[in-house]
Amino acid sequence: MKGKKVKIAVYKFSSCDGCQLQFLNMEEELLDLAERVEFSYFLEANREVKPGPYDIAFVEGSISTPHEEELIKQARKDSKILVAIGACATAGGIQALRNWGKLSEFKEAVYPNPEWIEALDKAHPISDYVKVDYELRGCPVSKERLLSFVKQVLLGKKPYLRRDSLCMECKRKGNVCVVVAYGLPCLGSVTQEGCGALCPAFGRGCYGCFGPSQDPQPLRLAAVFENLGLSEEEISLKFKTFTGWSESFRKVVNRYGRIR
Amino acid sequence: MAGLGKEMEIRVDQLARVEGEGGVYLKIKDGRAEYVEVSIFEPPRFFEVILKGRPYLDAPDITARICGICPLAYIMSSARAMEKILGIEVPNEIYRLRRIAYLGEWIESHVLHIALLHAPDFLGFQSALHMAEKHPDIVKDSLSLKAWGNQVIELVGGRPVHPVAFRVGGVYSAVSRHRLLQLLKKVEVMKRKARKLLDFVLSLPIPDVKYTMNYASLRNGVRYPILEGKVVTSNGLVFDEEEFEKYVMTEQMKYSTSLRYKLKEGGAYIVGPFARYNLNFDLLMPEVKDILKEAGYEPPLKNTYQSIIARAAEVYHSVIELEDLIATYKEPDPPYIDAEPREGEAAAITEAPRGMLYHRYRLNNEGKIVYANIVAPTCQNYAAMEEDIKKIVPLLLGRSEEDAKWLVEQTIRNYDPCISCSVHTLRIKIIKE
Repeated sequence: MKGKKVKIAVYKFSSCDGCQLQFLNMEEELLDLAERVEFSYFLEANREVKPGPYDIAFVEGSISTPHEEELIKQARKDSKILVAIGACATAGGIQALRNWGKLSEFKEAVYPNPEWIEALDKAHPISDYVKVDYELRGCPVSKERLLSFVKQVLLGKKPYLRRDSLCMECKRKGNVCVVVAYGLPCLGSVTQEGCGALCPAFGRGCYGCFGPSQDPQPLRLAAVFENLGLSEEEISLKFKTFTGWSESFRKVVNRYGRIR
Repeated sequence: MAGLGKEMEIRVDQLARVEGEGGVYLKIKDGRAEYVEVSIFEPPRFFEVILKGRPYLDAPDITARICGICPLAYIMSSARAMEKILGIEVPNEIYRLRRIAYLGEWIESHVLHIALLHAPDFLGFQSALHMAEKHPDIVKDSLSLKAWGNQVIELVGGRPVHPVAFRVGGVYSAVSRHRLLQLLKKVEVMKRKARKLLDFVLSLPIPDVKYTMNYASLRNGVRYPILEGKVVTSNGLVFDEEEFEKYVMTEQMKYSTSLRYKLKEGGAYIVGPFARYNLNFDLLMPEVKDILKEAGYEPPLKNTYQSIIARAAEVYHSVIELEDLIATYKEPDPPYIDAEPREGEAAAITEAPRGMLYHRYRLNNEGKIVYANIVAPTCQNYAAMEEDIKKIVPLLLGRSEEDAKWLVEQTIRNYDPCISCSVHTLRIKIIKE
């Protein structure tokens, strides 16, 4: 992909804007990057919309309305490489916690005119609808990983993504293990690395915002939490956060939360 | 192309350069606004319901996810409300550390809006990247100022978006004095850049309108309001944060997934830099005040296009205040105050970059959340945005359709709307049209 600028589209679905903000958080690198890529579709930053096809589409957010269902299909058609970024796009995100309840009850609890509100029964990760070529995890996605991904594409490489567990990152950083040293529940051993092992560095357990690592053993970890003295409900809630709807964490949420 | 006639419809399907998804529909008849609709079609995310049954400690981490641009505001409003319920009073060191991080967020969020999202409108550029071709210095300076704001949050909280160090009662662990002092290496440069940004904003061509509008912000009389104060309004109301819901009313519109708030006495009102500036100008740093007085911007501002000036003034103020807060920083020890769970209910308001952010929670005796209500700044600015568009119709007449659309968009951007925030969604009562 030399010579011509690489065309990038940044899409937003149900989300907080934090992942796409990471592009603007590139700050000092942003102007250099803009010499090699064109943000052809990036509504948060640019009024001007250029039509596809796009070389890379970065997709933030989960699919939670009928309108989004249509839009993601179009985004897939318009894009050569589609990358799901962040916990919402890759696992449904925090709003997927409503997937354990009934939408009609949520709407009624919240809106006086619930019939005006259009939403799907569940909040879905992007891969429930279209083929996803790459996943960049995190709540939010890591800015460094995002930049590294774009650079690899610019160099014509097939992007390489690390999928180790957070424990590896923690060890590399020299953090004290909060499970061993303080008996804190930490999701690090089943969570994908990429954040810089931040929570343990601040003396708290990882809350799993990068989602399951490769071949995780969440039920084994849940048993460790039992030994630490956590109740079944507490264990269920530990896994039921930003990536709780991922297949692997969902198992623990359901078993310990006594859900079907 | 013929200019805009006296009967005309303007439709902006997708608002760009805002956080989230929204559109505008304006119908002009006989040269006046007949109908205006700012539609917000951000999908609802039901945070208040998701919070139910969870331990109080989860509230800051979960509500932070309402907004990736101002997560600290959510962390701080929720933490303060929980502390009121639990009877925690945080010591001065923790208060100051919070203010440091919050000022970092103001800088990051404000500079993003001023330089990357809003200034291009005043100068006719599609985006900041287009603007950078003509004004490379101001864009570069702004990006490095924004980076410095982010660095403040990163050092204190671990990362700028959804930082991890903060909790009810304080921080999980406090940044060392040695590490925080690194920020001062660049503080002189940052002051110069913030000053330059303010000068640049003061040089922008600002559309000429003048009208009366209600506005509201916190005020504590001691320092520029962020973490605490009474609510004060331009029409003379003063009340405690606990009473907020008594003074406002809520509306749901068919065309929007966001609710719209108005003052029961006074109707539409503005929150954010414009309101804070008008109600707390005396508490800005002296060197900031001097520049603004000299430029002729003594409060009250009466033109919402000047909100960009208030925003830039707050950036300069924040850098100056940070220099002092960082230089005198002492690590809080212990880093947080713990408390036994107990039953209760409380509300807290803090000043998010975009304005007052209200949280109310009720806990049961196990410390679990049984009720939550969150009112984001953009829900409060919503009615004022629609009012503003009606008022600028005279400026639209005679323009090309594309130009008129653009000015409508620029008007919305005066409020730095965060549409993701406004549609986290909530409990409500009323309204049919």
